[in-house]
Amino acid sequence: MAKAVGFFTDVSVCIGCKACEIACKEWNQLPGNAPEFLDSFDNTGQLDGQNWRHVKFIEKTRPAAPGGVAWTMMSDVCKHCTHASCMDVCPTNAIIRTEFDTVYIQPDVCNGCRDCIAACPYHVIGFDANRGLAQKCTFCYDRLQNNLMPACATACPTQSIRFGPLDEMRQLAAARVEQLHAQGMSEAHVYGDKEYGGLHTLFLLTDKPEVYQLPSAENAVGPRRNNRAGYLGSLATALLGIAGALVAFRGQRAAAVKEG
Amino acid sequence: MPEHFVAPPDWGWYILGYFFFGGIAGGAYVLGTMLRLWGEPRDASAARLAFLISFIVLLICPILLTFDLGRPFRFWHMLIDARTGSLSFKYWSPMSVGAWALMAFGVFAAGSFVEARWPHSVVGRVLGGPVGRPFMILGSALGLFIAGYTGVLLSVSNQPVWSDTWALGGLFLASALSSAAAAIAFIALRRGGDAQVSAPKLFAADRYFIILELVLLVVFFLTLGAAASKVLGAWLLLWLIVLAGTVLPLVLHLRPALVQGRSPLLAPGLVLIGNIALRAVVIFGAQA
Repeated sequence: MAKAVGFFTDVSVCIGCKACEIACKEWNQLPGNAPEFLDSFDNTGQLDGQNWRHVKFIEKTRPAAPGGVAWTMMSDVCKHCTHASCMDVCPTNAIIRTEFDTVYIQPDVCNGCRDCIAACPYHVIGFDANRGLAQKCTFCYDRLQNNLMPACATACPTQSIRFGPLDEMRQLAAARVEQLHAQGMSEAHVYGDKEYGGLHTLFLLTDKPEVYQLPSAENAVGPRRNNRAGYLGSLATALLGIAGALVAFRGQRAAAVKEG
Repeated sequence: MPEHFVAPPDWGWYILGYFFFGGIAGGAYVLGTMLRLWGEPRDASAARLAFLISFIVLLICPILLTFDLGRPFRFWHMLIDARTGSLSFKYWSPMSVGAWALMAFGVFAAGSFVEARWPHSVVGRVLGGPVGRPFMILGSALGLFIAGYTGVLLSVSNQPVWSDTWALGGLFLASALSSAAAAIAFIALRRGGDAQVSAPKLFAADRYFIILELVLLVVFFLTLGAAASKVLGAWLLLWLIVLAGTVLPLVLHLRPALVQGRSPLLAPGLVLIGNIALRAVVIFGAQA
């Protein structure tokens, strides 16, 4: 198996240029979006079947900033979770773990049931209506197989998106947090160390995860958690329902005997 | 309650149709078996009708599920790994288990259908003998699974509402049993004939199913907590239909005098409409 790879996205140096979005679209030949004006300078809106990178523009109230408002930009992407919810529920085994330890949807196996979309806690996977498939970031699987960096990391002009072996990315993230703490940014922290068994896309955040629409470590739970309780609830209902029907049948028979 | 940021899977009318018909197919098989095994000789006709309904309604299910897929011709990928050719089964994925269960249940529903329709055929004679009892019991276990697993499938996600409660499997199962009893009674009363003598028995059973459903509705809302607001508000009309499809039939079953002068089809009709509304509000409300 090849070495596990990862991204490290440092939101503190993202300038919102969207070069990553464009590079992703170009390399993966994803269709363009219809022109739409959304909040801020965001005209992508969200990650979905045709947007595998999305630069979020998050407005935060900062009394010290000009106008009292500051932007934080974050280039969002599939987290390639170690305990991937999408992989868990996929009934066709279309979602696999590659030799690079990333999570990949095999387009020739996926049948478009969309169970993975309901399971992904990061709003990453989308349905591509043109191809009838669930789609998301492939971590540029084809480029990795040819010893190339993913297109987004290659295009990023500020090195907000870094790519490399996962353990190196972890070290890089820890060093950057230390550096920012030394500069007085005590709120800087790494997201993705613990969540879902550890993510392959680490983020340096400067606020709570929820601000970036990421579930906190406590909320990072998988869909499997509801299997046992759901089935036990059904079993109890089945037993009570059958018991009720038997009582009803017996009561009706007794009534018929009394009448007849 | 875990806070996630999830996209809706856009499960719509095909899935609603499957949940509705799948529930009736499973529930009707169970009730057919119970009428056959624990009913009276005069219930034989209603039991036969239940098996006929179960299979005919079940035939619609794979069609709806296939049409819902982005790639309908890849429906077989649910059962066979397209890359390796081996069987594809994941016990922890309700959709995977459900695909297998649906196929297995189809064998039992088809067998009982043939036995009910052509009792003197080879299949009819075999299932009319000692094999019939374990066959029907096994088929009923699968029928119960088909009627309830759809709720578990929704829960085993990270979607708000669906994943916030463990009660959906039981709720769908209770309402499926209720709908199946209503569907058998509805058709029996409408067609006339021998099967209609079992209608009071089915209505009596439906009382318990509806009570179970109402209890599970309360549990559903209690377990949802604040997330309940997502399926209330704009969805109030559908909830009123759900209430009309549970409380009114229950009152009519408990006070048969109220039905006098009205069509006996009223209560089962309301149950069926309420069942669709329940599944619709759960499916669409959570994804809105």
